[in-house]
Amino acid sequence: MRRQTVRTLLRGAAALAVAAGVLSAGPASAQVELSGSWAARNHEDALERGGGPYAVDFAGLPLNDEGRARALAYSASQLSLIERQCGLYPPQYVALGPFGIKIWNESDPVTGTVVAWKIGAWEDRAATTIWMDGRPHPSDNAPHDKGGFTTGTWEGDTLVATTTHFKAGVIRRNGAPNSDQATMTTRFLRHGDLLSMLITIDDPIYLSEPWYVSKVFQLDTNPQRPIGPPCVPGYEGLDSDGTVPHFLPGENPSVDELTKLYGIPRDAVLGGPETMYPEFRARIKDSFNRPEKCVRNCGGPPR
Amino acid sequence: MTSRTACMLGLAAALAVAAPLQAQNRGRGGPAGPPPTARASAPIDLTGTWVSVITEDWRYRMVTPAKGDYQSVPMTPEAVKVADAWDPAADEAAGNQCKAYGAAGILRLPTRLRVSWQDDQTLKLETDTGTQTRLFRFGPNPPKSGERTWQGDSTAQWELPRSARGGGAGRAGGTPAPPKFGSLKAVTTNLRAGYLRKNGVPYSENATVTEYFDVAPQRNGDVMLVVTTVVEDAQYLTQPMIVNSQFKKEAGGAKWNPTPCSSTW
Repeated sequence: MRRQTVRTLLRGAAALAVAAGVLSAGPASAQVELSGSWAARNHEDALERGGGPYAVDFAGLPLNDEGRARALAYSASQLSLIERQCGLYPPQYVALGPFGIKIWNESDPVTGTVVAWKIGAWEDRAATTIWMDGRPHPSDNAPHDKGGFTTGTWEGDTLVATTTHFKAGVIRRNGAPNSDQATMTTRFLRHGDLLSMLITIDDPIYLSEPWYVSKVFQLDTNPQRPIGPPCVPGYEGLDSDGTVPHFLPGENPSVDELTKLYGIPRDAVLGGPETMYPEFRARIKDSFNRPEKCVRNCGGPPR
Repeated sequence: MTSRTACMLGLAAALAVAAPLQAQNRGRGGPAGPPPTARASAPIDLTGTWVSVITEDWRYRMVTPAKGDYQSVPMTPEAVKVADAWDPAADEAAGNQCKAYGAAGILRLPTRLRVSWQDDQTLKLETDTGTQTRLFRFGPNPPKSGERTWQGDSTAQWELPRSARGGGAGRAGGTPAPPKFGSLKAVTTNLRAGYLRKNGVPYSENATVTEYFDVAPQRNGDVMLVVTTVVEDAQYLTQPMIVNSQFKKEAGGAKWNPTPCSSTW
């Protein structure tokens, strides 16, 4: 058989393989379009996402004793240290912050298949890359960075992304911690012009149970920025003597703030897995003291 | 044989092989039977007991917040006036202690859900807090109640993945197999006016509640339910209020704890 004939037959076989592959694609490759600008709809946790949570408000967080101790040691003044001002928040900040997002994808120039989804960027975060090409996560010994390493798969029309190798950070912007051993799973649920994210943080160091946080976005014709403005560190009035601002055990001055303002008992304020479930209400029924009127951070339209 | 000829032959052969397979996936010949019931065609299993996991909006959901605490809610000035006049004792006295347990607010409360099929076309969702029952009715002409109720009238439909629309995977014998993924969409109207929050943040009787129910398996074996709720109410909301509520599936119903509606706790 002549060499050219062999080459020709091989080309035909390749075409057969490509066509068969395209035609047999089933649910495993199902996907929906996620590209676009998505505006945040902050109709829950608006204070936590916007101005920020109270310094000691860990209610609804499944912190274990170590997590609670670390959270109580946190001082927000740490963020004013020159070397920490541009440290970026962890990947879960996509749900913890107030911002919208822009999503796009990178495609293989030959096959057109999606190699990666990109989510970027909101302030205080770099863009996230969700690799869709089946590459493995780095080894356990690989270095961690703020954004971590993310891969994705489709489950029907739901994109499921798994993030590892991110640095220790916070699951609430008041110091409630995640360790660098945590894993983040994000499910992207699209319904029409709504995009919901359900984020699960599994952390064997600081959490007794998985922690869940969600956020809703709405497709927006106003463009979201694909990248935030550059962070430029500057003097913020903190004259550091070389120590990191913190509170020693038993010295956090904000432990009773929520109790005074909203009547919420301290054992709720300090969190723990039990605070996530309905039966916890029975435990605090007699110690909760609802104030007559809201006096701070009450929301609502201007009056 | 030229290269182009070989490619054309290859594509033709692939189409010849694949087309019958695709047709087979749509079901095999024979007369079309009645459409499958909502229960038979359910792409996901929502039945069982689910418990609220309150990790967001904690101080508005786990306890009754103070009067005037309206954080996060896109209220109109008229809504603020109504909420500022909230009087839980008066609600109790008037028999309106369930105003915060209506369809627009019930899934934000700490509760357990018990979901079951009432019949082939009706999915029943019960809550232990406030002992409420919601009925999600499938089909083209679901029955409607005459008068407005806390839970209103809910029409339901399955939302299928793109790959499953238009026939889905088939089985020999013509009975289509339910797809593995999908969601429940429900639209609820004909409501009695109620509260989005227990401290009197109102929604009107003309509100429309659209909900999407998604099941989310977890790494640790847990199964979560994510409900995306959109409340539209031109009278009391400046824009649709959109939130997610999460529930975790429980084995059995041992923790099911029916409690009556309460205006104050």
